[in-house]
Amino acid sequence: MAFLEVRDLKVHFPTDDGLVKAVDGLSFSLDPGQTIGIVGESGSGKSVTSQGILGLHRRTSAIASGQIMLDGEDLMTASNERLRQLRGDKMAMIFQDPLSALHPYYTIGAQIVEGIRVHHPEVSRSAAKARAIEMLGVVGIPSPRQRVDQYPHEFSGGMRQRAMIAMALSNDPSLLIADEPTTALDVTVQAQILDLMRKLQQDFKSAIIMITHDLGVVADMADEILVMYGGKAVEHGSVGEVFSTPQHPYTWGLLTSMPRLDRVRQARLNPVPGNPPSLINLPRGCAFHPRCRYTAEVADGGCSSVVPGLDEVSGEHLARCHIAAPRRTEIFIKDIRPRLRGEESS
Amino acid sequence: MTVTEPVATAAATSGAPLLRVTGLTKHFPQFRQTLIKRATNPVRAVDGISFDLQRGQTLGLVGESGCGKSTAGRTLLRLLEPTAGTIEFEGRDVTHARGEELKKLRREMQMIFQDPYGSLNPRQTIGSIIAAPFEIQGITPEGGRRSAVQALMERVGLNPEHYNRYPHEFSGGQRQRIGVARAIALRPKLIVCDEPVSALDVSIQAQVVNLLEDIQSEQQLSYVFIAHDLSVVRHISDRVAVMYLGKIMEEADRDDLYERPRHPYTKALLSAVPVPDPERRKKVTRILLNGDLPSPANPPSGCVFRTRCWKAEDRCASEVPVLTELAPGHRVACHFPEPEPAPISFTAPVAHSDETPA
Repeated sequence: MAFLEVRDLKVHFPTDDGLVKAVDGLSFSLDPGQTIGIVGESGSGKSVTSQGILGLHRRTSAIASGQIMLDGEDLMTASNERLRQLRGDKMAMIFQDPLSALHPYYTIGAQIVEGIRVHHPEVSRSAAKARAIEMLGVVGIPSPRQRVDQYPHEFSGGMRQRAMIAMALSNDPSLLIADEPTTALDVTVQAQILDLMRKLQQDFKSAIIMITHDLGVVADMADEILVMYGGKAVEHGSVGEVFSTPQHPYTWGLLTSMPRLDRVRQARLNPVPGNPPSLINLPRGCAFHPRCRYTAEVADGGCSSVVPGLDEVSGEHLARCHIAAPRRTEIFIKDIRPRLRGEESS
Repeated sequence: MTVTEPVATAAATSGAPLLRVTGLTKHFPQFRQTLIKRATNPVRAVDGISFDLQRGQTLGLVGESGCGKSTAGRTLLRLLEPTAGTIEFEGRDVTHARGEELKKLRREMQMIFQDPYGSLNPRQTIGSIIAAPFEIQGITPEGGRRSAVQALMERVGLNPEHYNRYPHEFSGGQRQRIGVARAIALRPKLIVCDEPVSALDVSIQAQVVNLLEDIQSEQQLSYVFIAHDLSVVRHISDRVAVMYLGKIMEEADRDDLYERPRHPYTKALLSAVPVPDPERRKKVTRILLNGDLPSPANPPSGCVFRTRCWKAEDRCASEVPVLTELAPGHRVACHFPEPEPAPISFTAPVAHSDETPA
């Protein structure tokens, strides 16, 4: 069994307007030292997935089901107390916005020390502070001995994000969940942080779940990619396969709609038409069908009536689409790949 | 001390530019309240920038947060009062236009904002939001305001029947379309777009970018396109200016800048952009810049970029590099620019790879 096994995870929120199926049957597994990138647009359920794994949905009205096994331990049935012990110790999270994730009243050092001593009360205050200084040094904060006593507002955005990474790593977590860790940062700082995460992963052998909307970041960091749409995985596979022969029309749409620096400039972008769906009122059948250009490929309007299964394309590469896999490969080679290469065919 | 960078050469382009900005400067004074209110170092948000913008063209203004690109955009629309420098619009000096003259000017220059949530009044209907420019300028378009607004809604891809709806009923992408409709209502000649697509989902960004391009070619509009996303800027711009700490570091035609960057900062920026191609990470090394952006209230002496530059020498600390034309239309402010046949931005610079912060 893999280090982290998520099986058929569902997180639903009952609301006055109806049931919000934020995550609706998600499965993946992850081994130490590996990174999975979860990609999707706002409202695709990617952040709720991470909250579900950490058990952060429990204080809300959410109804969760499925199985989450971390190192052989079932997190779904674990007590709140047990989850609290695991959070910040064996599994840690890096949030998108470091300013709201750090407490403005306490120094950076005090917040790291608290995280260490909550889980390891036997560690003395001074030893914990020494560890905090060490971790700030590890993440590349200059003069950590002085910085440890400063408040979050005295740090720049990039340094706050580093401080949060230091905090998340201070107990050597074996699972690290990073929710849009670089979205709020500038590209040069983003490059520093991604580089840092890669190095730390090599040293600490953590398993990383990287949640992002940026396909560039995933291509850079991840071993595996999971593309979410409307609360479900629509494509899942190794980064090499998904980027070289993507199999879902939504993935095609994402790839062709973004301008790319590594390719010839396109005269015109190819956007995905329409808007992302509401999770309360998902389209019938395939959730992507109202925005899909290829529904005519499927007989009898199957796309708008039957929910497609997440089926194997080859080996570990899965896609959720009614179009037969060989035909999808054909469409990709004929229609999509030339656009990605900037060969401007259609 | 206000250092305005002299423009080494006037842009060699035909005809008078729509917009000419010379030595534009915007400092925000800071005060420290002790017993007496005392002025301390001002924040040099924009520190002497110069560029021309031709009719129907797009100038991309890129840089990291805090580089002054948004302040520059607001100052050249006169939403902020410039500290120094001049703004010429269609050959007229509008740096200090006031009252009626400024109001007239606003018909010609409009703005699209970044935040499609914050820039629309939640208590007004879409109809009255888009009609606001008509109302402010006291204009009744042919056929009445309502039909003009509905035509605008149709033009930007909104359903004209939604005239009486409120902003919260629209998605982020649709709201940005509302912002576009409002900006083009008076048929301006110039629109400053401040991060118009950065708040939108990837699949929606392309819709709005295409819309902006279509409207530009229909109406011969000029854009100042402010963004931090280098890929989007490359797609939409004709010329690109790279800003750092209130100054223009490099300005060139799009392809020149992206294929032959001459300023070390531009090079570092381009190399830092992650690209959706897992094969590339094996091939390409990044130029990693050390540290953070210095404070614009206390910029480094000499070249403002020198504290993060791997090429910096003593001269960089003492002498401000002047924005100089190194090739036709390609201006660079650096004492040690990259050589002319610089490798294309995506073949890795060998010497300076992997300079990780310790």
